[in-house]
Formats: sequence, structure tokens, C-alpha cells
Amino acid sequence: MRRVEILDPGPSALIQDLGRPGHAHLGVPPSGALDQPALRLANRLVGNPEGAAGVEALLGGLRLRADVSCTVAVTGPSVPVLIDGREVGSHVALHLRPAQTLVLGTPAAGLRCYLAVSGGIAASAELGSRSTDVLSGIGPPPLEAGDLLVLGTDTGVPTGADTLAPPIPRADLTVPVLLGPRDDWFTGPAAALATTWTVTSESNRVGLRLDGTALRRAPERTDAELPSEGILTGAIQVPPSGLPVVFLADHPTTGGYPVVAVAHPDALPALGQARPGTSVRFRTSF
Amino acid sequence: MRWRRYGPDATLLDCDSLEQMSAVRAVVSAAGPEHVTELVPGARSLLIASRDGERGLAAIRALVESADLAHPPTVGGREVVLDVRYDGADLDLVAETAGIGVDEVVELHTGAEYRVAFTGFAPGFGYLTGLPEPLRQARLRTPRTSVPAGSVAIAGEFTGVYPRSSPGGWRLVGHTEAVLFDPRAERPALLAPGDTVRFRSLP
Repeated sequence: MRRVEILDPGPSALIQDLGRPGHAHLGVPPSGALDQPALRLANRLVGNPEGAAGVEALLGGLRLRADVSCTVAVTGPSVPVLIDGREVGSHVALHLRPAQTLVLGTPAAGLRCYLAVSGGIAASAELGSRSTDVLSGIGPPPLEAGDLLVLGTDTGVPTGADTLAPPIPRADLTVPVLLGPRDDWFTGPAAALATTWTVTSESNRVGLRLDGTALRRAPERTDAELPSEGILTGAIQVPPSGLPVVFLADHPTTGGYPVVAVAHPDALPALGQARPGTSVRFRTSF
Repeated sequence: MRWRRYGPDATLLDCDSLEQMSAVRAVVSAAGPEHVTELVPGARSLLIASRDGERGLAAIRALVESADLAHPPTVGGREVVLDVRYDGADLDLVAETAGIGVDEVVELHTGAEYRVAFTGFAPGFGYLTGLPEPLRQARLRTPRTSVPAGSVAIAGEFTGVYPRSSPGGWRLVGHTEAVLFDPRAERPALLAPGDTVRFRSLP
């Protein structure tokens, strides 16, 4: 059996693929890698289908040992990658021999690194996906030291010698949004969203919690209650505090606070890499 | 009805009533457009996402606006019967609030036919409508930090069953052994929007 052993998961390491969209009506979040282009790239580098399951490592720190010969690649923000103590680089296909140890350092910017292994991680799928959903508890548990990850069968040819420039996560993000569905619940929503917001440390895969100058409800909506309604990834929900939450992949599927605007899907990978302290502005025309 | 923008790939339809929302959901479900990626009912709204963006949403809008919502198609909702032991921690409180006896609470709760209006809160948690008036009661002032899995509860116009242990503020009237959600099952959720539900009292 082809396997790799987790020696240390680092701050948090989760199995992720492209998630399980299409089940929101059953109360099941989409989940999946927050930076999907990064996971897709890692899979391409090792010769996997783009949707194979890999590891999403928060702030690096992951250490693992191969049981078998395999091809691996690490993507996301630039991060030191070492094989048996030797720096080998990220964003490149790497060969790992049996008993060799792979170590991820800490990325200087950004949050989530992605590790793909040839054959993909063959955890059992739930609702068509191997992703760990931190909100609902669906999918494999978070990785722990000593876990043995079974790999699938190699299916493709690794990219080989290609090396790609890692994307550089920004300390300030401008996120295109479309106002609505509940922008009429707020006073001057476009201007309020265009101010500078700061990502707080309360953020996780469910959502980015932002601090800044609270949005104000329109006078006629001050004490209004919203019947629960559906939520999609990228929705910017405003609880009574006036401080918005940008929902990410593990978001609840319905909610009772108004959504003032929805972030453009193209902005989601960068939001998934936004560290606490990152500045965010929302642009309502694009 | 009012169509509201929900990002580039989705629209939120505000409905005048739960019945209207259910009718629109039935129309869209029955047509089964392949490009619709999510169809998420809410208490008074329906969220529709399309992988075809604007074009797909325009097609949905045309479909709904030309439909006879007074006579929606029947979409195969299931009939589910849940066996319940009415021994909930708040049963006396519910009886007292309603000004009736505990036996009457059980009679009212088992006598009604419910419909899964929408889901949320946790995978497999259905908000069931059809609750008799005397049982429409406020949430607990202080939510419990842990409600056992299988708890049958009421809050406002809804009744429901907690699929797994979680915090919760609904009033507990009983519990069921039924498995509400199993992510490895062919049909993971016992209750889906449109299903009808009855509760049966176990001695």
C-alpha cells in the first residue's frame, strides 16, 4: 500500500479537494480548498487530476515521511521546503524516495500551503468529496502526528522540470463585490464597504471576520429581523455589531443576518490567504 | 416576488410567503435545469445559483415568471414518520406556556402534518412548518451549550430534530433514535426540503 506518514501536522493540516458543492439545500457547506488554484496547480505538477485530495497546511510547519517513492509538490505562497534537511523549493515537482522526510517551513506571507502527492490522498469520500469541513464535521478529521495517509494509484506523468513563480499574497486587498441582496438594509453601503477593513484573528475556514467602522443599518431597518435565507461562499454578512463576515468555503448554508454584498468568485483564493492584520477594501464597481 | 442580485452567479428570490417559495422551488426542481448548481430554500426566499451566470439566471427568471404558481408541479417529496419519546427537558415549560397539559402537547405535536421548508444550522437539520398555534413558542432565554443528538424541539413557527449534539436554544419536547444525517449513506439527509413529516409517540 502506498502511504505517507504525518510526523507533525504543524498549526493545522487538513485534507482538502475541490469540495462538495451542490448540497446546500441539505445544510451541507461546499468546503474544499480555500485557494483552489493553488491546489489545482500542485496536483498538475505531480501528474494528478486537478481535483485530487491534497493537504492544506495552515502556516506551513508540516512534516511527513514517505513510505514509498512518490512525486510531491507544494504550492500556495512561497514557503521553504526541505527534503532530508536540504532546501528544494516550492512550486516544483519533487521526487521523494522511501523513508525521506519532507518539511515545510513557515511562509513569509499568506496562510495556506498546499501539498499534492502523486496518486492523491485516498481518504474515504463523503458526499463526493474528501474535504474536511470544520463547520459541520463532515470529512476526514484534522491530521495528527502518526496518521498514515493512504495514496491512490499514480495516474499521470508529473510535469517534471517546470518551476513556477509563487504568487505573492498582498498585505492589502481590493476585493470586487456586487451589492445585494440586502444592501437596502444599510445606510450608504458602497461607501462603507470601500473603507479600510482589517482581517481579525477570529477568522477561519468558515469566514473572515473584519474590524473597522461598523456598517449602519438604515433607520427603518434598525430592529428588523430577517427570515433565514440561503448563503453562498463570498457573501458578506453583517451581524448586529455592523462588523462584516466574509463567508469562505465552510460557511453555514442559511443565516438570519443580512448579506450586504457578495465578493466576486475570482477574489476568493486571495481572501483564503489573508492573514490577520491584512487590509481589505471592497470595490462595488468593476 | 422580487428578484435580488446575489453576486455574479446567483439570484435571491424574495417570496411573499412560504407557500409561494415552495411553489417556485417545485417549478425549478421539476424543470431540473442542468446549469443550476444550488437551489437553497429559506424561510421566505429561494437562492438559485447557476454555472452559466447571467444567462442561466435569466432563463430561470423566464421559467418562473411563466409558471402557474397556483398549481405547482408535484415533486417527489418523501413521507417520513419519526418515532419520538416525549420526555424532553422543556416539556413541562411548553405545556405551562401553552396553558395545557403535557398529554395535550404530545397530542398536538403528533397530530399535525409537517413539511420541511428549508434546512440549515447543521447538515440534515430541517425547519419543519405546520406547528399548531399553541406550540409556537419563543426560544429559551439562555440557549443550552449542548443539546443531545436526536432531540425533538420547537421554536417560533418551526419544529425540528437536532441531527447531532450541538448548542441550541429551542425548547426540547422529546427525542428520536432516527439517524437524521449520515454523510456516508446514499441519501445522507433523512429530511430534505419538500418532504412531509409526522411524529409518532412511543409509549
